[in-house]
This record gives sequence, C-alpha cells and structure tokens, in this order.
Amino acid sequence: MKSTMMEEKMIPAREPPVNSRGVLGWMREKLFATPSQSLITLTLIYGLYLILPPLWQWAVMDATWTGESRSACNVDGACWAFVTARLDQFIYGFYPESEIWRVNLFFVQLVLILGWLMIPAIPGKKLALGLGLLVLPVTSWLVLSGGYFGLPEVETHKWGGLMVTLVLALYGMLASLPVGVLLALGRRSSMPVIRTFCTAYIELWRGVPLITVLFMASVMLPLFVPEEIVFDKLVRALIGIVMFQSAYMAEVVRGGLQAIPKGQVEACQSLGMGYWQSMLLVVLPQALRLVIPGIVNTFIALFKDTSLVLVIGLFDLLSIVQAALNDPEWLGSAVEGYLFAGFVFWLFCFGISKYSQRLEKN
Amino acid sequence: MDKMVREVKDPASPVIRLNGVNKWYDNFHVLRDINLDVVRGEKIVICGPSGSGKSTLIRCINALEEHQEGQIIVDGTELTRDLKNIEKVRREVGMVFQQFNLFPHLTVLENCTLAPLWVRKTAKKAAEKTAMEYLERVRIPDQADKYPGQLSGGQQQRVAIARSLCMNPEIMLFDEPTSALDPEMIKEVLDVMIELANEGMTMLCVTHEMGFAKTVADRMIFMDQGQIVEEATPEVFFNNPKSERSRAFLGQILNH
Repeated sequence: MKSTMMEEKMIPAREPPVNSRGVLGWMREKLFATPSQSLITLTLIYGLYLILPPLWQWAVMDATWTGESRSACNVDGACWAFVTARLDQFIYGFYPESEIWRVNLFFVQLVLILGWLMIPAIPGKKLALGLGLLVLPVTSWLVLSGGYFGLPEVETHKWGGLMVTLVLALYGMLASLPVGVLLALGRRSSMPVIRTFCTAYIELWRGVPLITVLFMASVMLPLFVPEEIVFDKLVRALIGIVMFQSAYMAEVVRGGLQAIPKGQVEACQSLGMGYWQSMLLVVLPQALRLVIPGIVNTFIALFKDTSLVLVIGLFDLLSIVQAALNDPEWLGSAVEGYLFAGFVFWLFCFGISKYSQRLEKN
Repeated sequence: MDKMVREVKDPASPVIRLNGVNKWYDNFHVLRDINLDVVRGEKIVICGPSGSGKSTLIRCINALEEHQEGQIIVDGTELTRDLKNIEKVRREVGMVFQQFNLFPHLTVLENCTLAPLWVRKTAKKAAEKTAMEYLERVRIPDQADKYPGQLSGGQQQRVAIARSLCMNPEIMLFDEPTSALDPEMIKEVLDVMIELANEGMTMLCVTHEMGFAKTVADRMIFMDQGQIVEEATPEVFFNNPKSERSRAFLGQILNH
C-alpha cells in the first residue's frame, strides 16, 4: 500500500536557529516583535528614565539618614532621619523601655514559627501549625500584657506602633478564618434557623463599613454591656475586626464549599461518617485549598484595615507615624513618614502573598 | 424507650425489608408502593429505563435519600429520622457510585483507611493491614500510595469497592458502577463484583450490564415509572418476560 509511510532513519535533535536564542533573541521576540510593540517598549523605558533617576537622587543620594531634627536634613533629599530617630516608637509605641524585651520575644516567636512553616527543609509542619494556631496566641498575649509570673502588667493603651499592627493582624487572622468557616458551613446548613442566622450575620457585617464597626465597638458596646464587663479598648477593636472580616471570609470559604461535588459528602455518608467528620476530613481540606487566593486576599485586606483603628484612638503603625509628624522638631516630614509606613505595610503584604503562592503550588 | 424491634439474625429472615415505600421529589412521585425483601447473601440486579427510580430506590436503603411513606428496615434497624439509626445502617451498608467519589486529596490507602479510623476507631496499623488485603483482592495493591487522579477509571472504581469493603459491610449497594467507564475497563470492575458475589455478599446492583446480571443475579427486578413492574429469576426475566414494558425494555437494550 502506497498510502502508508515509515521512517527508518531517526532525525537527530538540533539547536534552535540563532535568532531565537539568547538575550538578543529574547528581546526581539518579547520587546520588539512588531513596530507597535517596539513603540510601547520605548515609551515605557522613557517614562522610567524620567521617574527613576530623580527618585533615586532624592531617596538615596541626597538623603540624610541620621539627625536630631528636621533642620539637620539636606533640603534637597529625603529626611530619613525622621524615621531612624523615631524607629523605637514606631515599633514599640509607648511600651515601657525596660519591658521592650517582651515585645522582642513576641517578634522572635513569630519569626521562629513562620520560618518553621515556610522553610520546606524543616520537618514537623503539623506541629508548627498547631503551635502557631493554639500556643502562640496564648503565650504572646501573656508575654505582652503581663500581670502573671512576676511580669509587670503593661496595659494595652501603652501598646503602639508596629506591634499593635501585628497583634491586631495576627489575632484577626487566627480568629476570622475559623469563625468564617463556621459561618460558611452555617449558611449552607439544612437547618433553617442556623442558615437564616448565618446569612443575616454575613449580610449585616458585610454591609457596614469597618469604621462604623470600630466606632460601635468603641463607643456603643460599653453602653449595652453591664459595667462590670469592661473590655479593653484593643480587645474591643479586635472583636470588631474579627466580626467584620469573618463575614468576608465566610463568603470566600462558601465559594470553595460550593465547588466540592455532592458525591464527596455522599461517599462520606455511605461510609457512616457524621457531618463534622465529613466536613473536617474530606470537604474542608479540599475547599480551603481551592480558595487559598481568596483567603489570602482577605488576610491582606485585614492587615491593611488594622490601620483604621486610629479612628478610635489606638496607635497602630500608621497612626503613630502620623502622630510623630506633629512634633515641631520634625514638621514637614510627611512624605518620608507615609512612605516608610507604606513600605512596611507593603513588605508584610507582599510576604503573605509570596507565601500563599508557594502554598498553592504544593 | 426503644420501640425498635430487634430481629433475630436468622439467615432466612430478610436482611433488607421495604414495606410500602413511597417517595416524592416535590410533586413528582418517584417511588410508588415499593415492597421488597432481600435475604442474606442474595444478589439482586435492578434494571429499568432511566428515570424509573432505580437509583433512588437503592439510595433510600442507606438513607442518602429520605422516603416519606412506608418502612425500610435494614439489618434489624428501621430507618427513621433518627441520625443514630441512619449512621448505624450506613456503617453496615457499603455503596459504590457511578462517579467513584473517591477523596482526591487522599492517597488510595488513606481513602481506604479513613472511615475505619474515624468511624470504627480501628488502630492505624490494623486499618492499613485490612486496606492492603482488600486492595490486593481488587488487584491494585501496587497503587496504594498514589492519588485517585493518577489512576484510570477502572482502577478508581476498584479502589472505591475496596474502600467500602474496608468497613466490613453486610450489604453492598452498586449504583451503575460501570456506566462512567470506558468499555475496556468495564470487565475489570465486573470481575471484582462477580468475585464478591461468589463469596456470598448480599448485593443490590443497579446496572445495565445484562451479562453480569445473567451470571450473578438470584433475582431480577425491573422498574418503570417508580414501580416494581416485574420480579423474576434471570432465566425467566430474559427468556420469558411477563410484562409488556419489560419486553419493550429488553428489546431495546439487547438488540444493540
């Protein structure tokens, strides 16, 4: 038969042609493939040329890094002296100087647990997760607030700066995920009372701005609860944040739950597993993995929203920077102050985002 | 007060008893006056056109679907709204689904040990040993550490059968176990089911595999429009069906 064909000889592999190899090949293909693409590339390069060199000149070359007041700074450059001189306050707030080691201990705990979780070579991830979720919050609170084991008590109104931001973010994230999961399960419950309650809760909290929630927590809550139960201001803000963010979290998690086929639950049921067993062992592990991007998105929003506590007079990183700007010695340092605060927020959020991308891959 | 009457586990007494069972989906009457007794070790094949209620019928037996009227008694326990009874029955009744429904985030071995570990509270070592025995019986012990997504459809369905068997069920329900499989994989699953039948398992199978039915079934049940239209031995059912509807159905599936 003529129509069949057979090749006896093997064709040896060759290098690709020269013009598609190396840096030049890459540039031709990705940057200058067509005239319009070349034009876009050149325009963007010109834009960067206009912005970057002056920025570099201002932020680094002409900048002043140390000094006692604004007058010590070079007028043409950034006055980072404002940040370096106030750094302790930005990090620790008004925490008593003799007790600052306790805040550092909190940071070290955080770094150790996160490092353990993030570095793949270290074994025992489950133990680390357990420590991070259950032990870390308790020990951190004991260490920071004191009043036990001979540690002098440091009231929360002395806390401030980055540590408050981290405390609010850490506890907010740790609490809003499980509360959100419960709300999401409740919204899909077959029991009308639970379903209605969860739906109403979610819709109520999602419909209210966080600032309102914080005002309510700070001003209204003390009016409703008996005087003996006076919550700490920081705890009240935290409760407000958790109630608010857990509503968002619930909707993210519900999206994941809806993506799990009904057959998974039926398989669990047919094996005699109860509701909680099927949810915890089969449905949630799959659903949560699906919505990691959404969960991280909510976490990042939560992290940044902690700065809203300034409206109720708590000093997180942003509000303490803002307060320092009123110091007559440092008048006119607003740009440096906000850039610094923005940079620190970005650093943490970018870190969260990077870690989540790694989680998704595994 | 325990009003439930415990029946003596006498081999001749029915292990499943359906008494005047009716079920509706909203206003649609999907099961109509179903009466059925199944004795221990009996193999029953249920067939019928699509939408005839055969899947719904076997899903009622482990309460994946709720019946609204009548009585379903499985292994001496009546299925009521009481979740305790339902879970008790489910522990003794295995089910194999058309879509396998394996847990994709767990390995084959973990799929098989999950329920024994958490429902039966078996020790991990013992559960894994049992699981490996059943995986050997369905001829895929070498795949134990893979994830379901890495297996072919036929292999997945055999894992699903092993997973059910790991709970040591008294009864196995099969809901169109080969309908989602490529033709070349149907035999490997049917072979496992035939072996299981030969070992004396009580089985209810919804299937269109008439060859399997002829080999294994003690009794054929033909359903149409929510009713049991005909009940007969395979010889009678295939060679000499009594009802017009059975004849029409058989004419359609056997002539292809």
